[in-house]
Amino acid sequence: MNQARKAVALISGGLDSLLAARLMLDQGIHVEGINFYTGFCVEGHTHAIRDRRRAKPRRNNALWAAEQLGIRLHMIEVVEEYKAVVINPKHGYGANLNPCLDCKGFMVGKAHGWMETHGFDFIITGEVIGQRPMSQRRDTMPVVARESGAFDRLLRPLCAQLLAPTLPEREGWIDRNKLLALNGRNRKPQIALAESYGFRDYAQPAGGCCFLTDANYSNKLSDLWATRGDKHYELDDIMLLKVGRHMRPRPNFKLIVGREEGENKYLSGYRNRFVHMAATSHHGPLALVEGQPTEADIELAARLTARFGQGRHADKVTVEVTDPRGGSRLLEVAPLPSNEIPSNWYL
Amino acid sequence: MNRYQLDARNLLCPMPVIRTQNRMCELHAGDVLEVHCTDPGALQDIPAWCRISGHDVLDSRIQDGDVIVIIRAGGPAGPQ
Repeated sequence: MNQARKAVALISGGLDSLLAARLMLDQGIHVEGINFYTGFCVEGHTHAIRDRRRAKPRRNNALWAAEQLGIRLHMIEVVEEYKAVVINPKHGYGANLNPCLDCKGFMVGKAHGWMETHGFDFIITGEVIGQRPMSQRRDTMPVVARESGAFDRLLRPLCAQLLAPTLPEREGWIDRNKLLALNGRNRKPQIALAESYGFRDYAQPAGGCCFLTDANYSNKLSDLWATRGDKHYELDDIMLLKVGRHMRPRPNFKLIVGREEGENKYLSGYRNRFVHMAATSHHGPLALVEGQPTEADIELAARLTARFGQGRHADKVTVEVTDPRGGSRLLEVAPLPSNEIPSNWYL
Repeated sequence: MNRYQLDARNLLCPMPVIRTQNRMCELHAGDVLEVHCTDPGALQDIPAWCRISGHDVLDSRIQDGDVIVIIRAGGPAGPQ
């Protein structure tokens, strides 16, 4: 076994990639992590708009995982390149707007490029056969290896014994017998392995590490594309979809209403780009108006904004409406009763 | 030893870490980088990145609403 061999590990911050990397470290491989920021990462959302009152501060789980492993982590922004994956995935979408197979091929491909540039020998991922319905199947795993260009330099330590031997195994860089044969969606083996390594407090996001697997998020992205008439986006667009309550009362405008202080603070960073409003007579949320609202729409938006504040039961609430240049005016409105808000306004 | 500043304000996690990482790769051992951010997550994340990358955090604090992290380069941060 050659201890000088080097592997680059795709580190998402979840348990599987943590364990895969640890298995390689156990075999004396030099491992460094790589993590890609697409704009859709759940990680990117949590810190930015967290409520500071939370007793337990959130963390970037990829960094946490790297620290547990004692390895370096290279964080790479791929927002622009990733657009092609989301907008036009060769293999289509999953249950929502998640292009998982294209995404995995893209990321392994990027890792492969990094590997070659920096003199590493192979790539490892935390994939497990049967764990994800699109990208982690016996028939799609070879697609990722092939389309990424990594071919047999892509090793999945958690399920390697169920797959054909890869170059690192054939060359004896690692011992195939010490790799695993995990299969399916049962998490118990990973949890037991984590326990044996003493990994605790690891991340287990229910929907994975990407917002595109989330039905609500995908609905909002679909609405964005539908109202714009084409499937483009900028980073700010997709960040805003993660924040607040999104409502489309009319085709020509959408309202984004902060749900808590952290979101209000985050939305306030967009005040110079949107008509925005907040109650002045009562405590309440900041709301952004996106689109081309008429004067009647502005009044409706103000009534909705008032409805989500502490003045929701008041007869009248004063709402300050401000345009992106800072010009403002006050509207006195009756908060819209909840029974007058059709459910299909909520995105 | 040189001292530099990095404005990572109005960037959301993990971009302040990525910008810090990319800037640190250009510095020499002993150089100091003062990073200013507005994302409160940077207060945990940048020091975490420094710990795994071999850099020293000389100070981290919140001042006038900004997160400020002062880092001394411990050597090459490795490839990006």
